[in-house]
Amino acid sequence: MIEVERLTKHYGPVAAIRDVSFNVAPGQIVGFLGPNGAGKSTAMRILACFMPASSGRARVAGHDVLSESMEVRRRIGYLPENVPLYTDMRVAPYLDFVAEVKGVPRSDRKRRVADVMDRCRVADVQNRLIGKLSKGYRQRVGLAQAIVSDPEVLILDEPTIGLDPKQITEIRSLIKSLAGQHTVILSTHILPEVSMVCSGVIIINKGSIVAQGPIDTLVEQFFPTARVEVEIVGPPPAVRERIRAIAGVLSVQDLAAANGASRFVVEAARDRDVRSEIFQMAAQQRWELLELKRVGMTLEEVFIRIVAGEEAEEAPRS
Amino acid sequence: MRVWPIFKKEMRLYFTSPVAWVVFTMFLLIGGYFFYSIFAFYTLASMQSAMNPAMGRDLNVTDSVMRPLFSNISVILLLLMPLVTMRLFAEERRSGTIELLLTYPVRDGAVLAGKYLAAFALYAIMIALTMLYPGIVVYFARLEWGPVLTGYLGLLLMGGTFIAVGVCASSLTENQIVAAITTFGVLLLLWVLGWSADYAGGTAGRVLQHLSLLEHNDSFAKGVLDTKDIIYYANFIVLALFLTLRSLEARRWNG
Repeated sequence: MIEVERLTKHYGPVAAIRDVSFNVAPGQIVGFLGPNGAGKSTAMRILACFMPASSGRARVAGHDVLSESMEVRRRIGYLPENVPLYTDMRVAPYLDFVAEVKGVPRSDRKRRVADVMDRCRVADVQNRLIGKLSKGYRQRVGLAQAIVSDPEVLILDEPTIGLDPKQITEIRSLIKSLAGQHTVILSTHILPEVSMVCSGVIIINKGSIVAQGPIDTLVEQFFPTARVEVEIVGPPPAVRERIRAIAGVLSVQDLAAANGASRFVVEAARDRDVRSEIFQMAAQQRWELLELKRVGMTLEEVFIRIVAGEEAEEAPRS
Repeated sequence: MRVWPIFKKEMRLYFTSPVAWVVFTMFLLIGGYFFYSIFAFYTLASMQSAMNPAMGRDLNVTDSVMRPLFSNISVILLLLMPLVTMRLFAEERRSGTIELLLTYPVRDGAVLAGKYLAAFALYAIMIALTMLYPGIVVYFARLEWGPVLTGYLGLLLMGGTFIAVGVCASSLTENQIVAAITTFGVLLLLWVLGWSADYAGGTAGRVLQHLSLLEHNDSFAKGVLDTKDIIYYANFIVLALFLTLRSLEARRWNG
């Protein structure tokens, strides 16, 4: 649904994005992840036909963003960062304007605007001036204008920024409900958001894509090991020795201990479950096993590893 | 071309914000004052000539009330129109709404047309409100409608030019004050260009004279419809709108 091929955008001599290529399949929600200034907004602006790329090609819903810009624009809903809205307009007339300009037929317009106000929960403020609304409401009005024409593709730049936790959950579930009929690409720098909402992720740093794919695959790719956290009452050096002796264990790390117990993080090959062996070992030694759990690898760690890894690589040069 | 929704949106913004109301009020206040002083002066002059009929030969209500009124109104417009047009693009740029507007399925040309026509409609309403003045005149005296109508046509054309220049300046900046001052500067310069025509003389003088905004407006108020004047304003509008389109496109490439 979205095909991007070697997209590059220069602002003067500075490249905001360099050779960015990716694909998004129909019905998917893909997270565009990166630190601030990584080039997320630039890429989204190009996809939304706001600005042309310096080189490379991008196709959205089967049309080229440069040569068939009108066709693309008819099929997308875009929510820019900072949610720019007409502060001197009221909510319902504003959404009606967007629906009209996006070509929603007159007979359908009233129903669609009402429907979208219900879905985004802005119906109760429909007669208020947008400038007088709270940040959360404005964000939802912004989302409403993006989906009012029922577009095939949604491009959402930081849709949950500046919202309170309850609103974030609402917006996320709204976005999730769009999956299937809509293809969504959303940018964020909040990592848990991606794991919660998206099926795939594209990690971008300093203008280039550093990793992409389904979240599970990425985690496996960057963390080939499985981790187990253990809390045992026993002499720490001896415990560490015993655990290390278990087949498949690659490393044992100390964590802060308390009340005579010691905590370790055990790293083992992904295909090996060392938990039962740790239990057996503790039982043999008559050490009390207080806790034994598998620790999931989070996207956050993948992200930090990738971004930090890149910086470490570059450090010697500078 | 989806000009209509853009036009409606701009009109809504003019009227939900205080802009339109303040502009109307101030315009009518100043315009009304000018009309009153011109009309009162004319009344005085006709009273004097009633006592001394020899003086009354050149008294013509159309020429002595409406013509100076039109020229006074154009001065008010020179000051007021930059304030009406300054927000058209600059405000959208400043608030970021242009990013949404230019990603909707409308061509830049339609956006421009919608905005231009909205400002023009606002202006036309403003001018229509001044029809009250000839209405008052005709209650007391016999008015020649021909020159009044051409005078209004002249005002519409000149206002259209002002708006085109204003839209162009507004598309160049995200600062509304910069847009207003640029518009005012350009218009004032074009206004007074004719003054130097006399001592420039020759071809240069004729060129300066032809370029002057003021020069072309006066013949309308006299009741003269000259294609030269109409083409001058039409050219001006087309050129300014063309430059605006270019500036919009350039802005896209620069982000």
